[in-house]
Amino acid sequence: MNWWNSRGLMMNNTTSRNRILSRLNAAPRPLTEFATIKNMTSFREFTREEKIERLKNLMEAMRTEVYVTDSGRWVEILTQLVRKKGLKNLLYSPRTDVGAILEKHWKGLETLGEKPPELIHLEGSVEDFKQQLFHVEAAITTSKGAVADAGAIILWPTEHEPRLMSLVPPVHFAVLDANTIYSNLSEAMENENWRVDMPTNALLISGPSKTADIELILAFGVHGPKELIVIIVD
Amino acid sequence: MDDQTPLNFDENVARALSDSQLRKNLAFAMGNFRQKRKAIFPDPIELEALRDAGNEIRRRALARLPELLERFEKNCVENGMHVHWAETTNEANQTVLEIMRTHDATRMVKGKSMVSEEMHLNRFLAEHGIEALETDLGEFILQLSGETPSHIIVPAIHKNKAEIADIFHQKIPDTPYTEKVEELNGIARRVLRKKFHEADVGLSGVNFAVAETGTLCLVENEGNGRMCTTVPPVHIAVMGLEKVIEKLSDLPVLLRLLTGSATGSLITTYVNMISSPRKTGEKDGPREVHVVILDNGRSKIYADPTFRQTLQCIRCGTCLNHCPVYTRIGGHAYGFVYPGPIGKILNPQVQGMKKAGVLATASSLCLACEEVCPVRIPIADLLRRLRERMHQGTGHAAPDFNPSGSIAERLAWKLWALLNRHSGLLHSAEKVMGSVGFISPRVGILRKWSICRTTPTISPRRLHELVEQQGVDDE
Repeated sequence: MNWWNSRGLMMNNTTSRNRILSRLNAAPRPLTEFATIKNMTSFREFTREEKIERLKNLMEAMRTEVYVTDSGRWVEILTQLVRKKGLKNLLYSPRTDVGAILEKHWKGLETLGEKPPELIHLEGSVEDFKQQLFHVEAAITTSKGAVADAGAIILWPTEHEPRLMSLVPPVHFAVLDANTIYSNLSEAMENENWRVDMPTNALLISGPSKTADIELILAFGVHGPKELIVIIVD
Repeated sequence: MDDQTPLNFDENVARALSDSQLRKNLAFAMGNFRQKRKAIFPDPIELEALRDAGNEIRRRALARLPELLERFEKNCVENGMHVHWAETTNEANQTVLEIMRTHDATRMVKGKSMVSEEMHLNRFLAEHGIEALETDLGEFILQLSGETPSHIIVPAIHKNKAEIADIFHQKIPDTPYTEKVEELNGIARRVLRKKFHEADVGLSGVNFAVAETGTLCLVENEGNGRMCTTVPPVHIAVMGLEKVIEKLSDLPVLLRLLTGSATGSLITTYVNMISSPRKTGEKDGPREVHVVILDNGRSKIYADPTFRQTLQCIRCGTCLNHCPVYTRIGGHAYGFVYPGPIGKILNPQVQGMKKAGVLATASSLCLACEEVCPVRIPIADLLRRLRERMHQGTGHAAPDFNPSGSIAERLAWKLWALLNRHSGLLHSAEKVMGSVGFISPRVGILRKWSICRTTPTISPRRLHELVEQQGVDDE
């Protein structure tokens, strides 16, 4: 708060703060008891199968590609997709489980004489890799979980999987463990105790970037990714 | 806009009503929004319970507002963010400028923010040699054409694609004319990607400020908001002081209500929750996050427990979509940043009755806005109270407000009272009206009303007579 002491503006700022707060404090306060929100409305709960199905349906309606697979096969699905989409490179993190499986599989492909997209990882900080990042074609990240009732995946970017990985490249792959799909956002926040442990940035993502600003015509791929692919590992 | 010149609403309305293209665009868009909202909330019982909860959350937040603001500030500062307070839009602008200057910054990218519109920030920064570029597609279009938003959620809704194609072709170098929406989006993407990359500062609004965790919650579909809050080294968020909510667990209800009411969606593409600047070891995100908390008349509104309900607003814009007045005249006619029903109650309180009081008359009190408001703001009741202030000249609402025709209006009521106290007089007056009443809408003060409407047929016989002769059904 005292970062601009040198310019002498700190004082003004504090004065404004105190004036605003004293005006608010001077206003009459109702002596009302407020109801607990949980008792007023409840979001729906789903079984495991329902959660997967609902998430898939809702995200597909927002033009996300969703694949459900057992754990061994997700990297094979990814391989097919990157080939089909003709991607030349893929941004990943070598420090995650997803990254380790990916590296191993890519090595296997190379020994078979195949040429999968080049794997790229980010070194240093955004100031060093900004230029490079804006030219990457696709990225793959882990997903922290998902919210079935609204149809969105949860991302908590980390130092290994920075925030821009899911935003700047035109194609974003997310690998999601089916066990981490919650029925609704309240359940996710409660079970994982978000309130004591909010990360720098927490995200809900329901599809590729979109807009309807011109005559309400829905168009995908404005500023963020043009394609979002979620692979659910059941 | 700092002067006290009253808004010339009549003229604005006349101009808007005669613009048939505007009326066509609006009728289509608003109808579309209403249908989508209805479809996303299929169960009326569930919806009413959600609205009750939304109202409870917002009222609770306002009841504890000063404490929550202090708590929000404390948690933000603990998380490493900077918090600034501004009593006026001018002070908020100065604060933003100071932050820019500290970093020798000249280029700003902006996510959509109604508070920054309220501050007229772009104009202010341009006067100080700083380029503030709008990056939301709708706002980008309007900045190119030199206009202001006409809707809270879809700012360029008054424009059709031919007009937008023309703007892009004229204003962006080497851009061929195209009406294909995908291509228009592609042009914006190409131009703005470069700007995101180069910007020194990103500015955003705030949808909800969570006191419990010191978190800024932003919703959007395009990804430009995430770009503005992640790519540049400095992020500045501007918010009205009413945006604070108490707990993280209040968010799910409000998010559902906001996106459902605004665009008829279950959720936006991105819900972006920011709780700190880049931490040691993290590879990206701004190194500094500044939050500017703006008052600009809000604490005055807060002083009155009834009018305080105006501050419950979560800026979903659904009252605009459902308003028969807004649907016909669009946002610009209202003359201020916030149009539609919410604007009718907010602007007179912030700008003063003299300047904006006339907006309180721009309603038939049909209650459509109240029926859909996700946080149950009693808009019609507040409009009635504002009209009362206008006529009684009491309270802090400008006592010198004198809408044209008020003398005639007062005379009319006196006459009405007189007639109703004397049955003989009333009787004769009704007889006179019965025989010459058909002329009355075409002359004098009623002409203004009847000139653009089908003139009602006035029965030559009084209601009393008709009832005496014919009786009443079910009697």
